This record gives sequence, C-alpha cells and structure tokens, in this order.
Amino acid sequence: MPISEQDVKRIAQLARIQLSPDEAAQTQKELSDIFQLMTRLQAVDTEGVAPMAHPLSVIQDVQLRLRDDEAAPTQTEAQRAALMANAPAQENGLFLVPTVIE
Amino acid sequence: MAKLPLHTQFPSIQALREALQSRQLSATEIARSALDAIDSNGDLNAFLHVDAELTLKQAAQADEALKNGSAGKLAGIPIGHKDVLVTRDWRSTAGSRMLADYVSPFDATAVSQLMKAGAVSLGKLNCDEFAMGSGNETSAFGPARNPWDHSAVPGGSSGGSAAAVAAGLLMAATGTDTGGSIRQPAAYCGISGIKPTYGMVSRLGLIAYGSSLDQAGPLARHARDLLEMLEPMVGFDPLDSTSLEFCDGEPNTAGRIRGRFDAAIERQRQNDSRPLEGLRIGVPREFFDEGLSRDVAQAVEQALQVFEGLGAVRVEIGLPRTELSIPAYYVIAPAEASSNLSRYDGVRYGHRSDNYEDLEDMMSRSRFEGFGPEVRRRILVGTYVLCHGYYDAYYVQAQKVRRMIADDFRHAFADKCDVIMGPVAPTVAKAIGDNREDPIADWLSDIYTLGVSLAGLPAMSVPCGFGTERPLPVGLQIIGNYFTEGELLAVADCFQQATDWHQRTPGQQ
Repeated sequence: MPISEQDVKRIAQLARIQLSPDEAAQTQKELSDIFQLMTRLQAVDTEGVAPMAHPLSVIQDVQLRLRDDEAAPTQTEAQRAALMANAPAQENGLFLVPTVIE
Repeated sequence: MAKLPLHTQFPSIQALREALQSRQLSATEIARSALDAIDSNGDLNAFLHVDAELTLKQAAQADEALKNGSAGKLAGIPIGHKDVLVTRDWRSTAGSRMLADYVSPFDATAVSQLMKAGAVSLGKLNCDEFAMGSGNETSAFGPARNPWDHSAVPGGSSGGSAAAVAAGLLMAATGTDTGGSIRQPAAYCGISGIKPTYGMVSRLGLIAYGSSLDQAGPLARHARDLLEMLEPMVGFDPLDSTSLEFCDGEPNTAGRIRGRFDAAIERQRQNDSRPLEGLRIGVPREFFDEGLSRDVAQAVEQALQVFEGLGAVRVEIGLPRTELSIPAYYVIAPAEASSNLSRYDGVRYGHRSDNYEDLEDMMSRSRFEGFGPEVRRRILVGTYVLCHGYYDAYYVQAQKVRRMIADDFRHAFADKCDVIMGPVAPTVAKAIGDNREDPIADWLSDIYTLGVSLAGLPAMSVPCGFGTERPLPVGLQIIGNYFTEGELLAVADCFQQATDWHQRTPGQQ
C-alpha cells in the first residue's frame, strides 16, 4: 500500500519527530518500500489464531504481576536530586518546560 | 601488534579463576593490562566509555575479596557491558546522541549481579543506536570494527561486545538480543554467544527497544565461559514484570542451568566415542534457501558432519513461516520501539534542542536531533502500524503470525528434534558502509535469527569456520526448546571439544 505524503506528515506529527520537506519525501519512499514488505503479512490466513503478546504464553500461563498496592516510602530530597540529575532544565525539584499556559 | 592483556594467556574463565585464587596474578594486574590493550586498540572503536579509576577500584575490591576468602565466582574476571545496560558509574548512551551525557541513577540487574559475583568491568561497549541495527553502523559514535578485518562490520547490535571479546580485550561481555543482536555479532567476530529464553534475565536496566523481545545474555570465547557468565545473570526479578519466577516448574536460578549442563555432560561422558549418541538435530530446509551464501552453507554443513561424527542424527524439518518472521518482526519491534522511545521528550532526561518555539516544537526538534535515521525510521513505522485503522491490519496480524511462527518451533521440538541447527546469517560480515543506501537490505539479512526471538526461545552462535571469498568467521546457530540453556551449552561444548574454531584469534588464523 503506497504511503502518501499526508500519511508521513501525520505520523511524524504523532511521533513528535520534526521532518523537513526533503526528508518527508525521502521518508515517504522508505516507508512505502517497507510497507511493501509488510503486505506479505496480509496474505496469511490467521483465522482463529490468537494474537501473541508474550512469547512464553505458548507454553505456560503468563500473568503480568502488579506490585502490592501500598504506599512506597517517600524519597528524600537527595534521592530526588539524584533521580533528576539528568534533567535538561529544572528548578526546586520541578522539571522546566517552555510556557504552556500564558 | 600491541601486547595482549594477561587474561589472554588463560584458556577459560575457570583457568583464570584458579590463577587468581592461587594468587599467581592479581585482578589489578589483569585490569591494568586490559586497560592498556583497550587504549592501544582504540581504532576498533569497541568501547564508548572507559574509566581507569572506576575499573581499578573494582579490581582492588576483587583482590581484597580474593585475599580474605569472600570472593565471588567471577572475582577479577575482566568483562564489559553493552551500552544498552545502564550503569551507575559509567555513562549509558545506548549508542545514541539522545543519551550522550546520560548517567543512570541505578545499575541494571544483570550488571549488579555480575558485580556481586566479583567481575571487573572495563567499561561500556559500542552498539547500534538503541540496539536497532545489524552492523553497529547506526551508533551515533561511529561503527565498531571487526578485529578480523577492520574494514568489515563486527555485526550488531552488540558489535562492540563481540569485537572486544574477539580482540582479546575482555574475557567476556554482556549483550542484548532483540532479533539476533547477540548471535549475529558473535558469528561475525568468531566467538560464542547465547540468548537465553525470554524472561530468564531481568530486563530492569536494559534501555528498552522491543520489550516483548529484548533479552540480555553473554558473549565469550566458548560455551563454558558463557555458562560462567550466564549463571549470575539469570534469576527472577520482581522489578521486571515479565521476569520469570519459574522455568517449567523449577525456580529460575543459576543452579538450574548449571545442573542441566552438568547432567548433560555426564551423559556425554558415558559414551566417549559417540558422546552425542541419539541427539536429534533438526535442520530447517528454509534456512538453506537461495539467499544463503555458498561459503556459509559449506561451513555449516561441515559442522553438522562433526555433530554426526559425535553420534547425533540429522533430521530435516520445516519452519515454513521463516520468511514471514521478517515482516512480523519489523511490525512488532518498531511498534514496541515507538511506545518505548516516546519517553525521550527532552523534558526529564536526554537531549533537549537549543532552539524551539513551544513545548511541542521542543519535543519534535529534540527527537529529530537526538535520534539517528534508523531509529527515526523505526519509530515512524511503529507509530503507523499502531494508528487507529491500521492497528488490526498490521500489529494484531503480526502478533497472530508470531504465534504461528512459535507454533512451528513447538511442533518441531515436540515431534522431530531436540535441537535445531543452521546458519546465523546468510553471509560473513560485510564491509562497513555496504548497506548504507538500502536500509531494508540489513533487515532481510536477519532472516535466520528473527523467528527465535519472536518465539522467545534460547539460541546460541558458535564459531564453525571461515568464509572463502573473504576469510571472515562463520557462526553456527544452535536453537533449543524453552529453558534448555544448560543442554544447549553442553551440546556446544561437545562441539568445541572436537573442533578448534573457537580458539582461533584474529591475526593468527
């Protein structure tokens, strides 16, 4: 299935990846080639086959665990600082972003 | 040629451990010699982050433990970690500009387990960006090189791990395998590697790519060293929601693999002349199609004959959906990648663009600047297949085909064979830059490894010869049923007792 330039712009916007007009054309071609490869999947008769999300579900019961619903211990300020050490911009334990609401 | 590090004088981790324990040499001496060798092999570009001070600190701790008798099984053994495993002390970049300065607040579980066993880390190893690639060429920090031929790729995505072990800079290294990223670089560099059953090694601290596929495992010279490395890596981790508590009813522990390995070796010993008597090797006809190069086919065929000489029998099997594993994988893995990599928004960590107008623009520019072309491509593919309207046609359909692929393996193991063998990749390592113009060409060359990843099965690569056109290593893939890591390693060990491919080193082929 051919991918249109509109499709490319839409998914780039959804994926929050900037594309210049040049790259949009290049990406359109690449994705069309890729989806050519994917069309082989459509030809497969999968009637009655359940989708497999976890590979071991073929052989054993797989349940995704949840942790107990208990309050976790509060982090100290030092621990918070360690967790935030990689933030590009921060102030008083908060992540800074460009103004969203004027 | 520069001096080889001290550990290369020892044929195995076991032999090096004995030398360390009897104080013939110290962990510090080994670490220093390895650091020197890494320094003089900089053109391999195998390492992304080396910090002599951190390494020597770990070595001193290992020496102390060896002295006072509290040493773990890997005390003083020089290893390295793929840069996809996060480390508190060394930076963790996943080969991406997005994480160029990232320092993790914690160690990956596999890393801390190896540290507890006393292994000394020499640093972090180059890899394809976010493990997306088959030649280490998508790394933002330049490709690692194949020690057998510096103009060839080392394979990927765990390319730096394979290159460093093959060059003798490390005794062993960690890697991760999502679609073949341990097996293929091990094959290209003439060393051994194992991807365990999905869920055996904790994914906590593996920088995520495709969460239903990602699995860490070791790369080393041979099967016995892989066993030494794999033991501390496995185990149930409550902090990974897909970590396995039980394998076939047995607790997921190091002892389980060792026990099965020892039992298999014991069975081999009972029949000295034909140690693999009765082992049924399934050889899938789809792995020997027209895409397979003649020299790889020949090396694999010769390996199969060695196995027959050891008593195994060859059974032809069919894995009819082998070709479909390519589109199925390249729908599922990008879909999971697009979700996983949405966390890189330039807000909490990672690259933030210097120029932007508003919040959305900041994210879009940061992601454009931080991700390389292959990562952006896979995120876009993944975003598309998860879109409303295409979700069922692509993503759900791929998951159904995934089950059919897993069923093919299940039937083969239930009815026909004990292990499956075939090539790891269609050719030996290609020249750096060969596939740059054609992103899909690399994807197609993953054909023999993807099915195993989709099914979650354990599989190995062991060296089995050299190409004739270019004298580069060829790997034999050995695939086992779920949880048979111990048996697989024993089968590989038997082959390595009978052959010397794993003892060849670059420069003295």
